[in-house]
Amino acid sequence: MELSLSTRAQQDHMVLSVGGEIDVYTAPQLRQRLIELVEAGSKHIIVDMEQVEFLDSTGLGVLVGGLKRVRALDGSLRLVCSQERILKIFRITGLEKVFGIYRTVDDAIAAGD
Amino acid sequence: MQTVRLEISPTPAHVRTARLVAVAVARQCGVDEGLLDEIRLAVGEACSRAVGLHRLHSRAELVLIEFFDGPRFGVAVRDAAPSESTTTTTAPDPLALLTATNGDDLGRAHNRLDEPTEAFSEEALAAGVGLALLAGLVDDIEVAAMDDGTGSVVRMSWPVG
Repeated sequence: MELSLSTRAQQDHMVLSVGGEIDVYTAPQLRQRLIELVEAGSKHIIVDMEQVEFLDSTGLGVLVGGLKRVRALDGSLRLVCSQERILKIFRITGLEKVFGIYRTVDDAIAAGD
Repeated sequence: MQTVRLEISPTPAHVRTARLVAVAVARQCGVDEGLLDEIRLAVGEACSRAVGLHRLHSRAELVLIEFFDGPRFGVAVRDAAPSESTTTTTAPDPLALLTATNGDDLGRAHNRLDEPTEAFSEEALAAGVGLALLAGLVDDIEVAAMDDGTGSVVRMSWPVG
């Protein structure tokens, strides 16, 4: 399945909803979208991964890259994910310590208030 | 023992093909459905690693993936990159990922990569995280340099039935 990306503003956050497979083939699209959002002025980004069916290390690298970009602007990048198979990947790699991971978009927004 | 062999050119699009084949062969071999997600991810990571190494070292050779049907379902992914930088399985320090600012920094943290562009830093990060992910996912895994110095092989296996 190809990658799907859609954005919407919610309060003072930009929510990037991702669906499909984030892998070595599609990760450049995600990287480009994150760069576009930051360049357009978004510095509080929430990546909603509820519709993600596959995530590999390349996707993790892009997410870390996005986090670094917004942190350089005193911004934030939070993740929304409740799928155990995806959460397991963050646990194994230790990246659960790096990202704020929430079960819903509302929870992610509330975490910044 | 039956064997399925797949050779892919070192391009990202074919990693997905390898994942699909891996799941199909594993299912045919009788691997429990509950392990198929793990196999899909592990084979994808091993192939992404191989493709990344080929691209890093500008190697055009095919990446070889072999599937073995036996008492255990085995997978071997062989690359043709210089083997000196391919066998580390050290887990990256997640916090170091955020403080590293270029490929050199990430290289010191994870792997020997030295082109300090932003996208490349993410690739460097993925290379280190990928091996850590493999090591964490798969109970039976070995990453070994080829004796003749022409690459490395990632061998993994899972129970059948």
